[in-house]
Amino acid sequence: MMPRIGPVRRAAPVASRIVAALFGGYALAALGSVAALALPMSKPQAVLTGMLASFAIYAAAVVWVFAARSALRAWAGLLAAAAPLLLAAWSVW
Amino acid sequence: MKTDNVRREREQRPAGRGIRQSMSGLHIWAGLLMGWILYVMYLTGTVSYFKDELSQWMRPELAHQAELPDPALVAQRVADELATIAPGSPQWSMRLPDARTNSVYAFWRLAPGEAGAASGRRSFAEAAFDPATGGKVTARETLGGDFFYRFHFQFHYMPVLWGRWIAGAAAMFMLVAIVSGVITHKKIFIDFFTFRGGKGQRSWFDAHNALSVFGLPFHAMITYTGLVTLMALYMPWGERTAITTQAERQQLTAELNAFIQPGKPSGQAVPLASVADMVRQAQERWGQDAVGRVTATNSGDSTARVAVARGEAGRVSMSPQYMLFDGPTGRLLETREGVGAAAETRGVLYALHLGRFSDAVTRWLYFLVSLMGTAMVGTGLVMWTVKRRQKLADPERPHIGFRIVERLNIASIAGLSVAMTAFLWGNRLLPAGLADRGAWEIHLFFAVWALALAHAVLRPAKTAWIEQLWAATALLALLPVLNAVTTDRPLWHSVAEADWVFAGMDLMCLSLAALHAVLALRTARHRPKPRAVPTKGRGGVIGGALEEGRS
Repeated sequence: MMPRIGPVRRAAPVASRIVAALFGGYALAALGSVAALALPMSKPQAVLTGMLASFAIYAAAVVWVFAARSALRAWAGLLAAAAPLLLAAWSVW
Repeated sequence: MKTDNVRREREQRPAGRGIRQSMSGLHIWAGLLMGWILYVMYLTGTVSYFKDELSQWMRPELAHQAELPDPALVAQRVADELATIAPGSPQWSMRLPDARTNSVYAFWRLAPGEAGAASGRRSFAEAAFDPATGGKVTARETLGGDFFYRFHFQFHYMPVLWGRWIAGAAAMFMLVAIVSGVITHKKIFIDFFTFRGGKGQRSWFDAHNALSVFGLPFHAMITYTGLVTLMALYMPWGERTAITTQAERQQLTAELNAFIQPGKPSGQAVPLASVADMVRQAQERWGQDAVGRVTATNSGDSTARVAVARGEAGRVSMSPQYMLFDGPTGRLLETREGVGAAAETRGVLYALHLGRFSDAVTRWLYFLVSLMGTAMVGTGLVMWTVKRRQKLADPERPHIGFRIVERLNIASIAGLSVAMTAFLWGNRLLPAGLADRGAWEIHLFFAVWALALAHAVLRPAKTAWIEQLWAATALLALLPVLNAVTTDRPLWHSVAEADWVFAGMDLMCLSLAALHAVLALRTARHRPKPRAVPTKGRGGVIGGALEEGRS
């Protein structure tokens, strides 16, 4: 027998993943582009490096969010990736 | 009971199988949601590889340019003309003619106090100039190939920034669709050699795979580099954090383009030294046809500067390389030929997207592979409906979601062909004296497109496909005839004159007409199979994933 689950409880994890992908992914990419400023190069080069790499970070984040086994893990993974980037970004703020 | 088992299995699914399923879902939905926008961006972007040729065709009054004029003389003529029509302009810039253009495009900032500049609404003006005389060209008013080019990344009838954000979001969805599509696809190379024709869903699936896999490096490149062209808009955070002073801003700008910025004018009028001489010096350094652009600031003032920039021919990079001259004396002040590693990376990626460095062969390759990308998006969109039609409870009356996708597919694929060709018809048929003629060509494009959408909604789906494909066929096939009737440059004349821009355009229209006719015939002949018994065996993961859990 199918256990009965309400439409909200069924949709919530998917909605959570979509938010994580769209906004969490962008936030992580943006953080990555700022963290690039900590690289040992001149400011204009570091700025451009961060911009260039950000879309790869975004795409990887989205793929991770939908590959993770649960929505909770998806968010946890994003936070785990954000931690070192935040540290690097902090150093140049 | 059985469903329950499947559910339990799925919860304990091995990681490998799970990831393919979730990536398949991601691929399907990322592709579908932005699919129509992506199709439109892909097709209008594809034809933009021939933007300059299209612009020439759309200004038939300008004669075919049998040989390239001397760039130095052309630069001098247009500079003289600009001194007359735009005196006191803080900055003007012209793109010198090459083998693909028969006019010189220039834009200039309006002088402070000039009408428009004061109101803060429009601070730039632009025009095309005749390389032979330096005067403004007297051709019909049209945006030419630039319409498709601009439309493909900023759309129309909306602020350009909105359009660019929409294009960026679509490109990001595309990037995700590409990555998830590759992960989904375990047998990517074997499937490339598999084509099962005439088998309905399987054939669509194989076609989509072949188009995607063969062009994969191009599709991935074009998507990522598309994001790179506007990356400062999409990801400004590093720049906002690090670049705070005016000096730093100038440092960054200098890494990105060759447009020099005007300083404060002295107010002391001194005519510009010979621009032709400056261009000649640049030609000696980079080669006869290597000069791309001439930019001047505070022209006619004692503080004038002229930058002669290297074009993209012969180097796959858009990074700025230019020689800077003192305006009044013509003395060389600085030669700039290198940028930092990251800036050069950006310059190369940017150049790869635009493909302006291409010779004729490379340009055709760009066009064809990009057309395959368009077909990849198109087959993907059609597959969504083909796959679901068999599972509909009542195929005569599908649910609303299915109907929306089906009708949008017709209007965005077949309808776009009709609308784009109608735009070219408008170029030949709208009266030359019409006010805002260039804008009306564009209104016509959208009006025809809207009609195509209405037609797709009102007619039965299959009939709508067939009728629109035939409409596109007719418009494309008759365009060379219309051109022969309305201009003095018919196909036989173009071939005799070795005018390959006009001849190429006519032949291209005929080839595309043939393509649309084949599609129309195949659609008309297609008989949907009676509902198939779900077959076992390989259908690929994308086809297979949805069947799982439904047994």
